[in-house]
Amino acid sequence: MIQIKHVISIMLMFTILLGGSMGWTASLPVVGGILPDLSPGFSLPKPKDGVVIIEIFSMYCPYCQKEAPNVNKLYDKIQANPNLKSKIRLVGIGVGNSPYEVDVFRKKYSINFPLYSDGDFVIHKKLGEPRTPYFIGVKINTDGSHRIFYSKLGEFGDADAFLAEMVRLSGIK
Amino acid sequence: MKKRGSSKFIISCCAVIMALAIATAAWAISDAYKENIYNPGALKPIDSKLKVKMGQKALDFTLPAVGGGKIALSQYRGKKNVVLSFVPAAWTPVCSDQWPGYNIVRDMFEANEAILLGITVDNIPTLFSWTNQMGKLWFPVLSDFYPHGKVAQQYGILRTDGVAERAIFIIDKKGVIRYIDVHDINQRPSLEVLITELEKLK
Repeated sequence: MIQIKHVISIMLMFTILLGGSMGWTASLPVVGGILPDLSPGFSLPKPKDGVVIIEIFSMYCPYCQKEAPNVNKLYDKIQANPNLKSKIRLVGIGVGNSPYEVDVFRKKYSINFPLYSDGDFVIHKKLGEPRTPYFIGVKINTDGSHRIFYSKLGEFGDADAFLAEMVRLSGIK
Repeated sequence: MKKRGSSKFIISCCAVIMALAIATAAWAISDAYKENIYNPGALKPIDSKLKVKMGQKALDFTLPAVGGGKIALSQYRGKKNVVLSFVPAAWTPVCSDQWPGYNIVRDMFEANEAILLGITVDNIPTLFSWTNQMGKLWFPVLSDFYPHGKVAQQYGILRTDGVAERAIFIIDKKGVIRYIDVHDINQRPSLEVLITELEKLK
């Protein structure tokens, strides 16, 4: 009986350790919910009473390549709007992409917004392993807390329409 | 007795969880393929015995290309360095997100006077459908389908289940093999390493 207890203890410990190291796959981000802690790879920017738009991409993904000019347009439109410029942050996370590969993508498409590398799929797993591209809209509240207001797979296509949707769904003024 | 039964249950659960965790392979699938990617799960990393080595003249071959016609390795002799990128199979996770990355770095290959030849053991119609999802590829995709996996077999990278390894061979303009990476089939090779190896040929 003592031996069985030992076996159970060792297996439980190993399972817990293994689970932690492998990073159990979570579910996809849910509208109304919050993002999991994505550190140390990524820290959520906190524009006060603002919005963070996160693109989950891969330089190896044909649709992300095709969508890159549209995402650039979105960024340019945000930057060109004095009201939205300080309120909306756009970032990209390259899942399964090394810093070198993220840099290749950045240079290839002349991307001016911040891109992060998730070379070991740690963030990808925490976000429920979405296919790419995947867009997440996060509203940052005045007290620093946040809420997901958009979570969707696939290209958004029209930058104007998508930006209007982000403003409407997040409720920013 | 009841206690022993629950102990066995806990042990079984732990074993299943551990097996699942160990079997986890990481990849990100592009939405370009929708729900059409077959997930074979985690596979034995390498399942073949290499028959060629660095410094040796590369074995010549001629294979049909998806774009039509046939391509021989020897046609690049004296003209271009050649990167052979064998991938295991169409419509599988890691393979589907490997060549599209190479597709946006044509300039890096050309800067190193290199052509890329993508090869699988799939037939032409399958490769046609699959590579169409990747956008227009700038490099030839070759079918090592019949006699099945003959080239992969000659290079010693045909796995026991009949698919090729995920392998990269760099062959210089003289036809000499300068780099070999028979990679863990579950993981994508590093682009940085590939480009660094190409730059060494200068």
